[in-house]
Amino acid sequence: MEFITTEYYLLLSGILFTIGIIGVLTRKNAIIIFMSIELMLNAVNLSLISFASSMNDAAGQVLLFFVMAVAAAEASVGLAIILAVFRKKGTISIDNINMLKK
Amino acid sequence: MGITSILFIILAILAIISALITVFNKQPIKSAIALIFHFFMLAGIYLTLAAQFLAVMQILVYAGAIMVLVIFVIMLLNQNDEELHEQNKQIKRKLFSVVLSGIFLFLMVMFIIGGKQSNLYDGQISSNIGTVQTLAKELYSNFLVPVEITGILLLATIVGAVLMAKKRLN
Repeated sequence: MEFITTEYYLLLSGILFTIGIIGVLTRKNAIIIFMSIELMLNAVNLSLISFASSMNDAAGQVLLFFVMAVAAAEASVGLAIILAVFRKKGTISIDNINMLKK
Repeated sequence: MGITSILFIILAILAIISALITVFNKQPIKSAIALIFHFFMLAGIYLTLAAQFLAVMQILVYAGAIMVLVIFVIMLLNQNDEELHEQNKQIKRKLFSVVLSGIFLFLMVMFIIGGKQSNLYDGQISSNIGTVQTLAKELYSNFLVPVEITGILLLATIVGAVLMAKKRLN
């Protein structure tokens, strides 16, 4: 019997998710916020896989494909939006992006 | 303590460190490199959970495709130095967010530790749930409709990305 159980995987997933949240809340650079969102997505992926292993069911692993597809879609559209905003405003600091406020 | 446990501990520590570097580094390109390292460590952790195919997919999709996109955008943007050095004036706000995430982490840890432990994995995995055969059978029988919907999502993404990245939006 191994020492590491599912709880440790879930704890790791929770820690990584929290690091991602801190990144989204504290950073100002849009690209770094974007990468923090990727971190959070991967933390959720980790918990899905650990549940799939603990239940001995492949459905949890299949869900990961959809998460990956959504992450890829989010990456392409999000980065295109960042590029468009940079072309218009000349900055990607989220403090200066307040076009909807005006 | 088996080899899987030792591997998990090493990979988990490296993953947490690289995640912290990703979040707290000043320069986006260094964060991106740390994030690629993080994805490789996560792929190793997936291997300890007997998800072989997904470990490969993790490296191909995340460390390959998505991070190449991110690094290309970082290089295209050509940010100047004063933008990279963010002002540290809003300490109150940062403290608030760190405390908030700390509470969140605390709640999550309490749920994980205090949860029912009946059905949890005790180190014995049947190693065939992560193979291509099992996943494909599951994907194209029980999850067929979501696969089709994902196809539509990717089509919409292609159109959206091209439209967004075009020079003029008329």
